[in-house]
Amino acid sequence: MTTEATAGRRRGRQSGQLASVGTVLAGLVALWYLIAIPLNGAQLEDLFARIDPNRTFSFSERLTATWDNNRPMLPTPDLIAADFWDSATSTSVTNRRNILYHVGVTAGATALGFALGALLGVVLAIGLVHLRTLDASLMPWLIASQTIPILAIAPMLIAVLGNIGLTGLAPKAIISMYLCFFPVTVGMVKGLRAPDRLALDLMRTYSATRAQVLGKLRFPAAMPYLFASLKVGIALGLVGTMVAELSTGGQAGLGGRLLTASYNGDMIHMWTALVTSSLLAILLVYLVGRAERLFTAPAPAMQAG
Amino acid sequence: MAARTAAYWPWDIVAAALMAPLPVALLVAPGPEGTPVQAIVSAVAALAAIALLLAGGRPPARPLRIVVAVLAAAGALAPLATLRDGALGAAGLTFLLYMLGYTVLLWRAFALLAMADMPRVVSRGLVAAAFGVALLWYWQVIVDWFLVPRALLPSPAAIGEALASETRLLWSDFQVTFFLSVLPGFAIGSLAGFLFALVVDGRPFLARGLLPLGSAFSAIPIVAVAPIMIMWFGSGPESKAAVVVLMTFFPMMVNTLGGLAIVDRMELDLMRSYGAGYWTRLLKLRLPTALPFIFNALKINATLAMIGAIVSEFFGSPLAGMGFRISAMIGRLNLEMVWATIAVAAVAGSLFYGLWALLERIFTFWHPSHRR
Repeated sequence: MTTEATAGRRRGRQSGQLASVGTVLAGLVALWYLIAIPLNGAQLEDLFARIDPNRTFSFSERLTATWDNNRPMLPTPDLIAADFWDSATSTSVTNRRNILYHVGVTAGATALGFALGALLGVVLAIGLVHLRTLDASLMPWLIASQTIPILAIAPMLIAVLGNIGLTGLAPKAIISMYLCFFPVTVGMVKGLRAPDRLALDLMRTYSATRAQVLGKLRFPAAMPYLFASLKVGIALGLVGTMVAELSTGGQAGLGGRLLTASYNGDMIHMWTALVTSSLLAILLVYLVGRAERLFTAPAPAMQAG
Repeated sequence: MAARTAAYWPWDIVAAALMAPLPVALLVAPGPEGTPVQAIVSAVAALAAIALLLAGGRPPARPLRIVVAVLAAAGALAPLATLRDGALGAAGLTFLLYMLGYTVLLWRAFALLAMADMPRVVSRGLVAAAFGVALLWYWQVIVDWFLVPRALLPSPAAIGEALASETRLLWSDFQVTFFLSVLPGFAIGSLAGFLFALVVDGRPFLARGLLPLGSAFSAIPIVAVAPIMIMWFGSGPESKAAVVVLMTFFPMMVNTLGGLAIVDRMELDLMRSYGAGYWTRLLKLRLPTALPFIFNALKINATLAMIGAIVSEFFGSPLAGMGFRISAMIGRLNLEMVWATIAVAAVAGSLFYGLWALLERIFTFWHPSHRR
């Protein structure tokens, strides 16, 4: 089997996958428009009565009215896209009315919290793997912490940090950090323990020091685990940042924009903030995936296959 | 073994040297309220424990070991008793030294416990429990020591008081959140995800399109739909249940699809040679194979459902529920109640998770991961 033929087949499979994803996405968008009809239709009679009580409206007029509505229950994707475009282009990026400004605020806090949380998680995991006492005492609590709704602490943390004078970026990054850190620690401990007995024994026959075993065996073996948990961590970190922004009363960031829109009962703005945050989440996870490919170059044997 | 114990000797001496000044200082220069007798007695007890260990030189016999452990544990009371009246007086520095010494002692106790000749499960459980108690102890001592304001961080004792005195309120909050939002949302979302996966599974084209989207969806901050759901379904528990449905749907769908896909070619061929139809294959082979994945999704969903319901309540809710209680009590700076509610949520969350982990053990006993 030549390499070109394999690559060609892989490309073929990828384009098939792309077609599937595209079809499903198109189906979801169609479904969205379909659901919007009954949801936005309920208030239609009111609307038409206000325009002209004596006229009867045709079916196509009714249909377009459900999709093009100033105060819809479910804004259609084109309305959301138009709102996003309008908000992103009508003012400069540093303006508070621009949604990209809020994307920047949220992404900044998430990235800072993510970096701190990942670092803390990796350092703690190294400690847990090397200190038996720490492993026996702390690890069960770390695992148990995965099952409790930690996010519930966020508003309290915001209030307490506000009391001691920490506002703005710092409290958001702290919440993002502690949400990232738990999965990273648990995943990294698993990864650092992934090398099997044989590999560890081989290192011992080389009389490798603990630091060498860590650097040359445990760390490379832990990479897939690390990146899997980093992906979970950054998504959680974004949720943490947004909940933190909600708790600060919506000053800035996508969470803040969502809250402001919800106070005003502005559905289109709410959906724009929600869709934008979803796209940001997907982008962040994608970036971690790219970093994974950079740091874990496939072994030569795997390239051939 | 003897060599290993001997290596610990210096640490015992360090602990004793650090802890000794406190009882002396309390005797010589009592605080403004007089000498707290319990403080001196318990500090001396801890020192006696170290002395017994030093005299033995190797792990003492079992009865003596229990005496040592009880004496050492009594030493934990000294800082609490010293701080009870608030003033440290002249004992400030010696108190700091005592805390450092006791930390050394604790670390050593955990190490001894972790390698004690007990069944692994028992010793691990004991160490974990002791660590939890130790954390609460440090929390209490630090709050009492530095007079941390209650609006910043209430002490565990104050939180315990709130738990005890407001039990009825906490219970009714739990009932509202758990039975009206978490359970219905969890059930509907998980079931819908499961059924949807069964439908999609027969259509490979759809499955191939949905799986990558499913993992993208899992990154989406779904709790952010809470304000929209509140506009759609009102501020009652229905809107929270709706958020939970959305949060639990995708993990179940993705996991079920993944579980149904891993079935072995050979096993399928075997089923075909038996002349088994679609439903027989599904019920007898493919669903049992997928069960570990389905339980994995149920465990993930148990946690997500609690988070979804509580966080949605932050956005607005009628006058009950754990999320509502948390945000309302933050407004009144009643942090004891906030922490008490969080404690209830944590216990409820891990019990709900534990329930599914237990059911997983019962239903997937055959899976290699449960082998001893």
